[in-house]
Amino acid sequence: MTVTDTATRSSASAAADGVGVSAPRPDGVPKVDGSFVYSSDEYHDGSLWGVTLRSPHPRARILAIDTSQAAGVDGVRCVLTHEDVPGSKLFGMNTYDQPVLAFDEVRYQGEPVAVVAATHPEIARRACELIVVDYEELVPVTNPEIALSGQVEGLPQGGLVRHVRIRHGDVDEARATAEVTVKGRYEMGTQDPAFLGPESGLAVPLGDGGVELYVSTQDLHRDQRQVADCLDLPLDRVRLVLSGVGGAFGGKEDLNVHIHACMLALSTGRPVRMVYGREESFFGHVHRHPAIADVELGATRSGRLVFTRVRLVLDGGAYTSTSQVVIANGCYFAAGAYDVDNVEIDGYATYTNNPPCGAMRGFGAVQSCYAIESAMDRLAAALGMHPLELRMRNAISEGDLLPTGQPVDGPAPVQEILSYLRDLPLPADSDHTTGDMRARPGGVGNVTRGEGIRRGVGYALGMKAIGFSGGKDDTCTARVTVWIRDGEPVAEVHCAAPEIGQGVVTLQAQIVRTELGVRTVELRDSDTDIAESGASSASRQSWMTAGAVVGACALVRDEILERAAAVLGSPAAGLSLDGTEIHDCDGRPVLSVAELLGPESVSHAYTYSHRVTEPVDPERGQGDAHIAFAYAAHRATVDVDVDLGLVRVVEMATAQDVGTAMNPLAVEGQIEGGTVQGLGLAVMEELQFSDGRIVNPSFTDYLIPTMLDVPPMPMKIFEFPHPDSPYGLNGVGEPPNLSSTPAILNALRDATGLELPRAPVRPSDLVIELGGRANRRASARPLQA
Amino acid sequence: METSLASAPMLRPSTWPDALQSRAEHPDAAPICGGTDLMVDINFGRSRPAALLDLTSVEGLDSWELIDDGSTVRVGAGVSFTTIVEELSHLCPALAQAARTVGSPQIRNRGTVAGNLATASPAGDAHPALLACWAQVEVESLRRPRLIEIDDFFVGPKSSALASDELIRAVRVPAATGPQQFAKVGPRNAMVIATASFALNLDVAGRRVGTGIGSAGPTPLRARQAEQMLEETLIDRWDSPGAVADDVIRRFGALAGEAASPIDDVRGSAEYRRHALAVLARRCLSWTLADLPGASARQVARS
Repeated sequence: MTVTDTATRSSASAAADGVGVSAPRPDGVPKVDGSFVYSSDEYHDGSLWGVTLRSPHPRARILAIDTSQAAGVDGVRCVLTHEDVPGSKLFGMNTYDQPVLAFDEVRYQGEPVAVVAATHPEIARRACELIVVDYEELVPVTNPEIALSGQVEGLPQGGLVRHVRIRHGDVDEARATAEVTVKGRYEMGTQDPAFLGPESGLAVPLGDGGVELYVSTQDLHRDQRQVADCLDLPLDRVRLVLSGVGGAFGGKEDLNVHIHACMLALSTGRPVRMVYGREESFFGHVHRHPAIADVELGATRSGRLVFTRVRLVLDGGAYTSTSQVVIANGCYFAAGAYDVDNVEIDGYATYTNNPPCGAMRGFGAVQSCYAIESAMDRLAAALGMHPLELRMRNAISEGDLLPTGQPVDGPAPVQEILSYLRDLPLPADSDHTTGDMRARPGGVGNVTRGEGIRRGVGYALGMKAIGFSGGKDDTCTARVTVWIRDGEPVAEVHCAAPEIGQGVVTLQAQIVRTELGVRTVELRDSDTDIAESGASSASRQSWMTAGAVVGACALVRDEILERAAAVLGSPAAGLSLDGTEIHDCDGRPVLSVAELLGPESVSHAYTYSHRVTEPVDPERGQGDAHIAFAYAAHRATVDVDVDLGLVRVVEMATAQDVGTAMNPLAVEGQIEGGTVQGLGLAVMEELQFSDGRIVNPSFTDYLIPTMLDVPPMPMKIFEFPHPDSPYGLNGVGEPPNLSSTPAILNALRDATGLELPRAPVRPSDLVIELGGRANRRASARPLQA
Repeated sequence: METSLASAPMLRPSTWPDALQSRAEHPDAAPICGGTDLMVDINFGRSRPAALLDLTSVEGLDSWELIDDGSTVRVGAGVSFTTIVEELSHLCPALAQAARTVGSPQIRNRGTVAGNLATASPAGDAHPALLACWAQVEVESLRRPRLIEIDDFFVGPKSSALASDELIRAVRVPAATGPQQFAKVGPRNAMVIATASFALNLDVAGRRVGTGIGSAGPTPLRARQAEQMLEETLIDRWDSPGAVADDVIRRFGALAGEAASPIDDVRGSAEYRRHALAVLARRCLSWTLADLPGASARQVARS
């Protein structure tokens, strides 16, 4: 794929609502005024309601399932169990190991066991309660270290999903030369994607024995393959259409209602709606892997890193989902965005009887960034060095080798990013005795007028790959069609790319306006009628979709100019297109597109591929696994009430390189959102478990930040164009999610002098009088002015 | 089965006598006004009432008035937390501050003090302030009206003295005669259920100290020993308290912490709750003392 050159881009930027402009979202107003159709709003005349019966036990043997009573309830149309699954009884993102409906054994609390279709959701819910499942409860394995010990029975692969080894240089040798070493263990609890739009969809049976599924998802085609396999239908009998997605964050990559709704629709011959309830949703999707990370760093006295050693354990829960890839991604970036010659990383993803964990924004790199950035602050304290200075002294730059042996290519402006944070003035001290109580720790709770408050400042830097890595090379296809309506050219884009809030629908129209100059751009539904787009994940969709749409536009433009050349009798090479007119080489309009096309249309599809990647080798983890890298950093300023352990994040300053800001407002939104999701993980967001059972499956007790927890976010968006991508853009969505959490943890450590080895931090951890749950830090050095 | 499942009967009286009649005739019907507790329970499948008794159309419930020569505020059962924040912050400062901490703006627009009382959760935000102010709950059935002292109202976790044929008509809250405070701890800066909360009322006219504790026991509680200790300290100093010694403030906090009987749960540990209560009580006391006429300025700056 040829990259659009700078000259084209700058003229392109001038296009109204084209690339580089904060074009308004087409779905913006409908989402605000309530007319937007989310997947939970999908409706079809005569549709039934599907409801799922789930296991109450984290681990149990299923001895018998009796559905007779439920099936007899007035209004119930069918009750299905594993015996009714027509095709593969297992599904999964990469490994088919998760039962469509449980058989033999349930492996986590909330695992689907049966589904019911009825004329009313409440009838279906009550019928579920009449299904008698005879369970023999078994002792669940809930501790990943115990799962790894190989001493427990009943877990797949002896409890180990995958061990990733990365060896770079020689850590044992380097240790002898290190003048200062620090060690730390950092733990992270389970974050939930906490999207507000629950899992939902509508399945419609088709006359040919096939089925149509309207569903919220991050990847229509991967879903389609799994659904078809489990229904035992050919792919062309399973049509998926993207319905309105109310948030995803990775949690809508795995299937949820898909197969169940289709099974119920095919069994009853009626359309079936399924919408998970708020509580059920916490059992209906994967979570971010909880983590235990042991980090050892060695450095010279002047603060140059000599070695980095990390052992990372991620609990994958009951089924594989994407754990084998998440652990790899966590390991790739476990040494952080630093140039260090000797690195040893061992990562383990485990099976347990906790709920399955899988993709979530950051994809393993969130956990490892938190660990390495916490350790970097500890090293800075041991060296008596400012934490920002330590980072700048070791920051990675273009040409440095990653621990996987791949040279860093593309822009790596880490010094620029950190310099911005260094030079940005700190926020003013707050006057807590007067002023707005909402600006204080505890907010409207009215708990302090300045008593107990200490301020802290913390930094963190994050790095991750953009796009799929390690030989999982993917493509994206888009079709662009131009025709004439009411005398004006209209362009239509068809692409399966799921709009999950990131703005890929806005972007496609911006690109067509820029490339073809056509003002009116319409988007067809994303569906499986066109070839795949790949997932809206890995911060890849803008890059991949842009490549496909640019390519399709080029083919359309070429054909229009060829046609014009034939009509005009002059070579196409001298002609250009501005949307409504064909221009000659002097820029004079010589033929209108309306006149040229008449009733005909021009339509081309294009499939974009990124550069080839390779898997890393299993012994030393070496290989050119990535297509691109992205970097972001945060400076967190916090106020902590050390008597009550309450926190008010005062400011989150951030800087990030985005290559090219395709839609600056959307970029700001992604950076703010990622930062806030990281803030939640730092100070409140945690699914809590007791013996494998979730104890807070509701937004009453699974807390996410409110507007009163969100601070001002001064940000610097750097635009160093990426040489390999369309328009020089880079992935944006995940990087701000990496460094946000550790920046806040480091700020809390700075404020309190406590080690704080676990995120999220709870109030009791921060109460100095209670000793925290943590030890005191050895030497927290005050930050310089 | 199908009809009863699809639509539970909705009773919609428009007058108070009709409401009492419906309550008597349909003891299984759940009264609903704001619905901010009940609808959550229904959505989560924790409650499936046979019918709903909708009180939102009952005339006269959604207003407040001054009674007893202006010494008491009578808050109708349908008065929203938003109204309390907007209209009662001078007459009932602790209750108004508690109302500010309830949920989100949308929830405050719907939720009511009477609903808070009927749910009788130990975490109900209004309860500590009602305890601190010695409120009375006006309840009524076809049998008779009666006044329940707030200290007799909470009988167990989510359980109250309200009989199955009774409805709450209003809450009577004595108007403030001195400074009051309410403070609440939760791991989020808004829209959070209390991990622990504390209310304090210095009743200058009555020479009394009122307290209330939330989320730190099976019911909302009163810190009696803390009240007594402070009343003894202030006994001859109500009109010119001067500077109250630090150890009195600390002792007050400690007694408030000891009055609680908290548990470990998903929202916090018993140890943290007891500690947080002591801190809240200390701080509330220092703020209220500073607001007493004749207080020493020094009081303001101390924690």
